[in-house]
Amino acid sequence: MEEREDCIALQCRQYSASCREFSVRCQPVQLRSLSAATCSVWLAAYWLFVLTQNSMVLSAAIFITLIGLIVYLHFVKIDQESLLVIASLGIQMTSSYASGKENTTFIEMSRVKDVVINEAIYMQKVIYYLCILLRDPLDPQSVSEVVPLFQ
Amino acid sequence: MVVLKVFFPSCCSSAESGLLVGHWIPEQNSAVILAVVHFPFIPVQVKQYLSEVRQVTQVNVSVLGTWSNCKKKEESLSEFLEDLGTIFSHEPWIQLCKETDSKFWSCSIIQKHPSTPKEDEIILVYYDQRKVMLSHLHPPGNLTNSTDHKAEDASKLAILFDTVAKSKVLFMKDRYDDGPIKLTHWQSEGVEASIIVELMKQASIPVCMLLTFLLSFVSSVCKSRVLKFWPLCFIWSKLSTCEQLGHRLEHLQVISSNRKAQNQPQLMRKANIFVSLLADVALGILLMSWLYRKNRIGHLADTLIPVADHVAKELQDLLQWLMGVPAGLKMNRALDQVLGRFFLYHIHLWISYIHLMSPFIEMILWYVGLSACLGLTVALSILSDIIALLTFHIYCFYVYGARLYCLKIYGLSSLWRLFRGKKWNVLRQRVDSCSYDLDQLFIGTLLFTILLFLLPTTALYYLVFTLLRLLVVVVQGLIHLLVDLIDSLPLYSILLRLCRSYRLAAGVKFRVLEQKTGKPLRLLMQINPLSYGSVVQTYRLPTYSCYPKDSWGSLCKKLFLGELIYPWKHKGEKQD
Repeated sequence: MEEREDCIALQCRQYSASCREFSVRCQPVQLRSLSAATCSVWLAAYWLFVLTQNSMVLSAAIFITLIGLIVYLHFVKIDQESLLVIASLGIQMTSSYASGKENTTFIEMSRVKDVVINEAIYMQKVIYYLCILLRDPLDPQSVSEVVPLFQ
Repeated sequence: MVVLKVFFPSCCSSAESGLLVGHWIPEQNSAVILAVVHFPFIPVQVKQYLSEVRQVTQVNVSVLGTWSNCKKKEESLSEFLEDLGTIFSHEPWIQLCKETDSKFWSCSIIQKHPSTPKEDEIILVYYDQRKVMLSHLHPPGNLTNSTDHKAEDASKLAILFDTVAKSKVLFMKDRYDDGPIKLTHWQSEGVEASIIVELMKQASIPVCMLLTFLLSFVSSVCKSRVLKFWPLCFIWSKLSTCEQLGHRLEHLQVISSNRKAQNQPQLMRKANIFVSLLADVALGILLMSWLYRKNRIGHLADTLIPVADHVAKELQDLLQWLMGVPAGLKMNRALDQVLGRFFLYHIHLWISYIHLMSPFIEMILWYVGLSACLGLTVALSILSDIIALLTFHIYCFYVYGARLYCLKIYGLSSLWRLFRGKKWNVLRQRVDSCSYDLDQLFIGTLLFTILLFLLPTTALYYLVFTLLRLLVVVVQGLIHLLVDLIDSLPLYSILLRLCRSYRLAAGVKFRVLEQKTGKPLRLLMQINPLSYGSVVQTYRLPTYSCYPKDSWGSLCKKLFLGELIYPWKHKGEKQD
């Protein structure tokens, strides 16, 4: 089952009666924005070079561009997030980054109190997000942590 | 609908048909399979063996079902397997069946007293037995605080990891053992062992005893009365080198103790201290070899005296500037000259002292540099102490300036109260009104005026020397921070996380394998390693120094009032 909005796609798969997977896919890195960023950085570096006549500026710019790209792909750009629900075992959240890195968290069923839709104020509007309420080990009634899904 | 979970070790997927042996957890409806017993076997011997294992490991190991791995379904085999269910009665009885060519297994449960009329769903979870046995689970958050809720809230994963870890005895038999029972588990190809590890275990006992003896000798020398006389013990407490050496001595004592580590955190702590010490000593020896090559120590000693001279000359220039018209402010001439000349004489004394010491500097430095072989941290502490000794005159100036300023501020505040007709009541610790005589008021006002107009001069001297002192304190603080970092970094844990990441587990992750309708759901369970940040946080070694006790607010208040500041206090020192 697939649903598409302008840049985010949701996909649901049911493996068996007790196991379901939901994955949210984001737009991949566009060539346009990448080349625009690189060109602007290099133009600025060239202008500085013309001002200062120091060739270190150019090599520093190349270095910064490479490091920035690697950091962006590895730590910032999320390609796909998926939620795997296995009955009586738990809920597993995976986020995979553009560089291939995968970050997984597994929450056991005994720690999950409830899955709710929570609202928050972000900038000038109110957004709704899905989150899991975790049970506090000392007090079974209260909530110890709120884990937002699909960041 | 009740879901039954079967945890199956991936090493047994290719084993031949036999009995499934493991632990059944009724509260969570899950079965942890630990090994497979092969035909031929005698049921009595199997039961006896299992009861022995149960006694040793405290894990309720029993026969949970049958496992058949054959080319195609044979009727006789399946009947035989069902009959086995009557010999080893277990509720529920699990029958796993695999056809050699297909990936999908079939699993059926036989229950004598089915509690629910609906069909149970079965989930097959594959796990890597060796990794699960060796790894240590770190539960998220503060689950260690709850001791009374352990029975109900204990996580399933913790039970699983615990079960596999405790069943080490079961894994000791391999296929080459001549016994009545043939098992298959992760070690059935041969028990894993390493000659180097065994040799080191044997060698470590006499080495530990020798080390303990040496350390007790050294610590008894340190604690002897000779070193406890007043001037010496004051010096020892001020030198950071002694603190660092004491700290390292404690570490060595922890490593060389004969008691085996009881649980995992203690073992990791010992290993961390050991690796950290080794790295420290290696870096120190590297530093030493670099220093002693090309006679760098001689160069260092040669440049030390000119540097001290230069610092003194700069201070003299500064004082001359203060005695003149600093930054356009007009000073009180007489007080200015007195303070300036006093400090100049002090510097002159200091310079003569340094020049007196100069022939011996190189030799002292040479021998002190040798102590770098005790570790890089010791070398850094010595550097910090040398800086403190070289800038001792700045410290003295700061103390003089601060005391003078402090006296002035107290005098001013008390006379200001007199101005307004109030007095400080020492008994009640508050300000009370008081009627003064006329001559008291007259003298008080006079003194107040004198002190007030002399305030800028003293304040300027105090400001300048406080800034210099703060500079030195900041440099020393940076060195201490570096020493702390080397001391408390858990190198062994970081290396373990890098090379054997399954040993430190933050949790598990599941992957869904290929499915086929009608067959049970298959999942692969892998270990999710701990992140580097949490590794460092969990296994940090405690250090002896604490960060500045004063917040910024109280520091500024102390500076304003002229109280002396000691920003880098060590733990265990008495507060004044």
